[in-house]
Amino acid sequence: MFRGRRSRLVGMAYLAPAVIFVLVFTVYPLGQMIWMSFHNWSLITPPRWVGLGNYQRALADRQYWVSFLFTLKYTAIITPILIVGGYLLALLTVERSPLRRLTRTTVFIPVVIGLGVSSLLWYWLFSTDFGLINKALLDLGIISKPVLWLGVDADRSMMAIIASVVWKVMGFGMILFVGAIQAIPTEINEASLVDGASYWQRVTRVVLPLTLRSVLLVTLVSVIGSLLAFDQFYIMTAGQPQNETATSVFYVYLNSFPYLRLGYGAALSMILALTILAFTVVQLLLTRRSHA
Amino acid sequence: MTATVARRQRTRVATTRARARGRSGYLLGAICVAICAVMVAPLVASVLASVKPTAEAAASPPTYLPHGLSLDSYERLWTYQQGLPTYLFNSLGTAVLAIAFTLALTVPAAYALARFEIPGKEVIFVVLLLALIVPYQALLTPMFLLFAKVGLTNTLVGLAILHTAIQLPFSLYVLRNSLSAVPRELEEAAIVDGASSWQVLLRILVPATVPAIVTVALFAFIMSWNEFLGALVLMSRGSSFTLPLILAAARTETSLGGTDWGMLQAGVTISVIPCVLVYLLLQRYYVSGLMSGAVK
Repeated sequence: MFRGRRSRLVGMAYLAPAVIFVLVFTVYPLGQMIWMSFHNWSLITPPRWVGLGNYQRALADRQYWVSFLFTLKYTAIITPILIVGGYLLALLTVERSPLRRLTRTTVFIPVVIGLGVSSLLWYWLFSTDFGLINKALLDLGIISKPVLWLGVDADRSMMAIIASVVWKVMGFGMILFVGAIQAIPTEINEASLVDGASYWQRVTRVVLPLTLRSVLLVTLVSVIGSLLAFDQFYIMTAGQPQNETATSVFYVYLNSFPYLRLGYGAALSMILALTILAFTVVQLLLTRRSHA
Repeated sequence: MTATVARRQRTRVATTRARARGRSGYLLGAICVAICAVMVAPLVASVLASVKPTAEAAASPPTYLPHGLSLDSYERLWTYQQGLPTYLFNSLGTAVLAIAFTLALTVPAAYALARFEIPGKEVIFVVLLLALIVPYQALLTPMFLLFAKVGLTNTLVGLAILHTAIQLPFSLYVLRNSLSAVPRELEEAAIVDGASSWQVLLRILVPATVPAIVTVALFAFIMSWNEFLGALVLMSRGSSFTLPLILAAARTETSLGGTDWGMLQAGVTISVIPCVLVYLLLQRYYVSGLMSGAVK
């Protein structure tokens, strides 16, 4: 459109603010984090070069492993629930009827509210003496005395938090799956109907293979989001009992801010960022292959 | 109602299927109703808890439905600590600034990427999308140190800058695609008439990409209004807290010997309302944004 030396300068001028912003507020912090991760620094004392010391320290740090494995377990449990649940909801709501559309809209509502706010809502629902969940379970005779859901037992806390997050984000996968299913050419669907395939045969042999790319995509988003989980644990358990429910991001936060171990916190951030990067690369490769 | 709904399934593919499945249509309708109920129940419970009178809101075991209506919880929230107006102002101010910064940076940048010949354009685009693969959670410490140095901690501008950094890659991506899809004929005519590149952007391209701009603004608003960890790190002073921060602080606060559950749910209700309203009004933009953002 615009050519020549002068317009090149004009184009660069349009681009410059965004480039400068990203250099200052993303690239520079990234560089500083890498630098910090090789130093021992607590704000009070000047930074001291320790090489890979912070990384070695992480490997020997019991709480680091507790946090990492807890986060991994949380991710491994919640991701299949979100994918299978989201897909079933998509199959249900992709049909064009007012009730199905209403269901789709309703399931999606929690996606737009904040994770922090939804965690506060569920913090109350799961509260031992004041929450409606214990009240309902007692009234239905499923439990005989109130259950201590949050912050007492790590597994039970995780179950409660998973329930709340599934409610909050399942609609995200559903919407993307609905989009992918709708994108399947009508002829393919009609052809399989003529062939006399049953509904579930069509789902497993036609619909699912043709929407595999979006399944991988939602898996990627869900895995990354779960590995970075913080709000729900900070609000609902505050890491209790004994930091057993402190996720990886939570442990970075604890080291960097309350404990002011800036170098160590940066090294933990680096490990986290590299883990995320590895997942992103693997999943993008998978996605590309399935697309080709 | 379910019956009429089942009868109305008249899309090309669905008709045969609905007839073939016959009775299962009623069952699936019932499942839909049940799912809707489960999804809405927590939100309804929260709203109901927020309008219970003080004593009932603090009752154990709790009541399902309020026995009386009262706005006491909202009154307590109105004057809690620095007062609700302060926190609303902080949350809203940050969101408005984040929208403004995001659009001011990404509309011109997307224009440059879509319409100008710039050396190394593809590389620059990839660098601008860097934040997509570097989680901001990992960058908060250096961000905090940088902001502390220049006096941006505890300021709405600082938090809005962080939110802009989070939102920039998505916005740039959506806007670039949208601008690239605008046919060039109109612009060519305008350039022949002597319009400057800035006039072309404002008079032709911006009006032609309103849906994408709405999508970008909508996502920036929802993200900023809801964001928690960044605000927790950057805002340490009570007077600069956003709504999620003050509510999280209030969850463990002991006012009358325990958490003020009614006030907490009043806060949840107030936080949820703008998001749900904006979503219901702009649903189309929301869904299209999700689609284009997810297909990286």
